[in-house]
Amino acid sequence: MVGYTEKIKEIASRLLKECTVDMVIGFRKGTMPMMNEPCFATTPEAIDTLVWDSNCGINLANYLTNRKEKVAVIAKGCDSRNIVTHIIENKIKRDQVYIVGVPCTGMIDKRKITGMVAGEILGVSETENTIKVQTADAETLFDKAEVLQQNCALCIHRNPVIHDEMVADAVQEQTDVDRYADIRKIEEMDSEDKWRFFDDLLSPCIRCYACRNACPLCYCPTCFVDEAKPQWVGKGQDPVDVRTFHFLRAYHCAGRCTDCGACERACPVGINMRLLTRKLEKDCQEQFGWEAGLSLDQRPALDVYQANDPGAFIK
Amino acid sequence: MELMGIEPDRLHFSWISSAESTKFVKVVKEVTEKVKAIGPNNHFIKDTAKVA
Repeated sequence: MVGYTEKIKEIASRLLKECTVDMVIGFRKGTMPMMNEPCFATTPEAIDTLVWDSNCGINLANYLTNRKEKVAVIAKGCDSRNIVTHIIENKIKRDQVYIVGVPCTGMIDKRKITGMVAGEILGVSETENTIKVQTADAETLFDKAEVLQQNCALCIHRNPVIHDEMVADAVQEQTDVDRYADIRKIEEMDSEDKWRFFDDLLSPCIRCYACRNACPLCYCPTCFVDEAKPQWVGKGQDPVDVRTFHFLRAYHCAGRCTDCGACERACPVGINMRLLTRKLEKDCQEQFGWEAGLSLDQRPALDVYQANDPGAFIK
Repeated sequence: MELMGIEPDRLHFSWISSAESTKFVKVVKEVTEKVKAIGPNNHFIKDTAKVA
């Protein structure tokens, strides 16, 4: 992905100059290493700040909801699938968005890297396959494959599924990935162990809702947790309420989640709530042969009835 | 629900027409028996709010 930045700047400035779009949504460097932030570029100066590296994990489809103007968006494989979902769900029109596709080789896990080096990280640079992390007293070189976000390591759709223009040639897709090994492990536990497992998993949750806010699927005007009349779920730290929040949020993403990893990345306490969304993804895959956001022409699994839909659970 | 630790026998789905009274009785009986067999679910009990 080295060298994408220049190409992105070039495309973005052309799109703005030719008035193809009113704004380009991309990434710029954040104030800390490994923390790129979204950039809404409307001027040549803003375009100069655009970057692309392995820290662009935020899902930019999140910023397209209900936009009125014409925008260009820089989209990785997962972002593009979420854009498809957005278009299917009428949150944006296809002719309103100009998709600049980025073939992605994965984003790096800042939490993992912080855990692997001692001291404060002052800078991070990268080549195609390596990540160099600089601290006050040392420089450590990592294999990029070692420090990928888990969802990127398991990714099977690295190339955008929909695009108006590509930044580079498509990258090779990963095959032979066992996406659900950890889910199967939980499925094998007995009920009591499962309950305890999720109690442990969710116990650090502070209900900050960063996972919800980072998620492009969570665009309800009022989220069920924020409702007061009726109040669907308690607003405190009670484990039952925390569990209800995570369980229901995952359910609202059933058949829509593309496993972009934005929720886990945004979590300040590092909860792997993707275990829940991936279980639903797995079920959709197994029971309906459905993967979210691959085509504009196909209605989502939960939106259609087919005579062979599994129904054995209804007695 | 099962993944998060709700016992499979606690959750039942059924389609019963208003004309199928016997099926209704049968299903209710089965559900009650199954739920009684696993006993009460204490997971969802919240500690009552502590008031000073």
